[in-house]
Amino acid sequence: MKHLLGLRELEVSDIESVLSLAVEMKKILKQNVKKTNHLSNKSVVTLFYENSTRTKTSFEIAAKFMGASLSGISVAQSSVQKGETLIDTGKTLDALCTDVIIIRHNVSGAPHFLAKNINASVINGGDGMNEHPTQALLDIFTIIEERGSLKGLNVAIVGDVKHSRVARSNLWGMTKLGAKVTLAAPDTLMPEGIERAGARITTDADAAVRGADVVMGLRLQLERMKSGLIPSISEYNEMYGLSKRRVGLADKDVMILHPGPVNRGAEINGDVADADNSFIERQVTNGVAIRMAALFLLTRGNNPI
Amino acid sequence: MRLLIKNGLAVKPDAVVKEDIYIENGKTVKARKGFLPDETIDAEGLYVMNGFFDMHVHLREPGFEYKEDIESGTGAAVAGGFCGVCCMPNTKPMCDNPAVVSYIKERARQADNCKVYPIASITKGQRGEEITEMFKLKRAGAVALSDDGLPVSNGNVMRLALEYAKTVGIPLICHEEDKDIAADGVVNEGYNATIAGLRGISRAAEEVMIARDVILAESLGAGVHIAHISTAGSVEIIRNAKRRGVKVTCETCPHYFSATDELILSFDANTKVNPPLRTEKDRLAIIEGIKDGTIDAIVTDHAPHHIDDKLVEYNYAANGISGLETAFCLAYTYLVDGGAIDIVKLNALMSANPKAIVGLSDESAADFTIVDVKQRHVIDTSKFVSKGKNSPFNGRAVVGKVKYTIVDGAVKFKDA
Repeated sequence: MKHLLGLRELEVSDIESVLSLAVEMKKILKQNVKKTNHLSNKSVVTLFYENSTRTKTSFEIAAKFMGASLSGISVAQSSVQKGETLIDTGKTLDALCTDVIIIRHNVSGAPHFLAKNINASVINGGDGMNEHPTQALLDIFTIIEERGSLKGLNVAIVGDVKHSRVARSNLWGMTKLGAKVTLAAPDTLMPEGIERAGARITTDADAAVRGADVVMGLRLQLERMKSGLIPSISEYNEMYGLSKRRVGLADKDVMILHPGPVNRGAEINGDVADADNSFIERQVTNGVAIRMAALFLLTRGNNPI
Repeated sequence: MRLLIKNGLAVKPDAVVKEDIYIENGKTVKARKGFLPDETIDAEGLYVMNGFFDMHVHLREPGFEYKEDIESGTGAAVAGGFCGVCCMPNTKPMCDNPAVVSYIKERARQADNCKVYPIASITKGQRGEEITEMFKLKRAGAVALSDDGLPVSNGNVMRLALEYAKTVGIPLICHEEDKDIAADGVVNEGYNATIAGLRGISRAAEEVMIARDVILAESLGAGVHIAHISTAGSVEIIRNAKRRGVKVTCETCPHYFSATDELILSFDANTKVNPPLRTEKDRLAIIEGIKDGTIDAIVTDHAPHHIDDKLVEYNYAANGISGLETAFCLAYTYLVDGGAIDIVKLNALMSANPKAIVGLSDESAADFTIVDVKQRHVIDTSKFVSKGKNSPFNGRAVVGKVKYTIVDGAVKFKDA
């Protein structure tokens, strides 16, 4: 693997190699000394054009545990503010001997565009509404860790599907691994034609959740209300929020997932987020393992693992 | 100066006939014995078409010469077989006053490639508020008015513009887009936008504005020309309006019948254009509209950009395709070779029809485009004469090539 840009174009075998490697990486996280030398003498740069706490920190921790030389470019303080283009920034990082660039960008396709124009490997840390591959991989990893496989599982993804790169990446990844994915949202938050990508779609959140093995909430950005896509947070919470009643319709062993950060009382209620069957914190831990695995694979060149 | 085009297949308004064409002092003349040409073109096996006329291009001068200027743009025009073009007013300063109209005409005269007919704006500064001095603009040489690139959002301003333009006797060309519905979309709304995570522009953004302007024109008995239609719904609205007798005409561009929004999955900003590339259903409806006469003209909407304006993230890239040098080969490949229309009809769409819409018709002018419809080639944007190499068709295999462009009896382009 040269780049990790999205799960849409990834082969099942590539997804499986990241997942199986992450099992090994997670063992390292459990050790007293959380250290490997897999990335020593490798240079990793985070290039974030959008705010992020958990993804950025998770990548940084993953790179540090593996001994990488790590730099972070925060766009607010960089030459980007002086008008430097993305390609020029990328070429500068190439010239600085960078092996892996982790980019988050508000424009869909920006990581693909960067990857096409520079030499370093590129990991997509979230691009616009397009993909967030490491998030979906950690979600999938968390489910498999608990259930052994995705095959035949019913997964309900509820909320702002339209603007969600997490929903898209999960849809690609989960369907490739044999899960049945149902998306639930009001039509204003459902992207046109998504059913052609293999999802079942519904506007009825109860119907989506009923009998589901996994229920995933999606973050609702509060400015969606201002743009008229939903009338109020209170109505949204009632119709699409993950409440105790709604989650009660799911399979009794249901797993509750959420990519975070959580808006309590909007897309998920506090009692659901904090319940025993909520895996939100486990997801964060698993994210480090997945990102270690991704960094490992991208810095191996064509050599077998 | 005498020119003889011999052995060619002359494309006439209703037939193709094998005949020699005699040109003297910029005009076609009757065949006569003892005609001693200064130059002879042997057009054996080639079609001699009425010179192409593009009523919708952006030449970028004045103000954006780094993207294109009148010399390079008209150079691209003749390389694409065009003997005349109408250039849109979104320059800097804007072509909303007679001085800029005169400047463009003077620069075109100096460039001496093809004929250039300026289009001035409908409203001052294309702000959509006050109408321009339409009488003065027409007198200075503007052949039509358009706020192209921007719609006239205010319905009453549009209504008054249609009424006043009718008084002046100058056509209005409308860029149809409801900016509120289009919101911040960058590609066609649909499956491909969804799986690329790019914001979609609903077809309704185009269609509701066409419906509005058709109804306004109808209510005033005024004429209106709809620019670059791209959707099945737009074709249907105009088809119905024409049936009712509304004085509406419209145009489309080669990219709307040669490409679909599947191309956006590359995230290549050369696929970014407004209106956006649509779906296969729309593409086929556009071809149907061309076949049945709903669509009157093929234009390029030639929108050259510097690579710096395109080599950026998709959302930040400029809209537009450099289209002058691919128009004929795409039209021939997808319309004539594709079996939808014959070359006679294609010639009308690329010459007589658009000229008539902007009120130009000089039958005796010796404007000819000589083409080889058997020559297969692969589009190579690096060979464009235009400064703008921005085209999603780089590498596309096509059939049909412009061999000569003759403007007022002078050979302005010859394919090497």
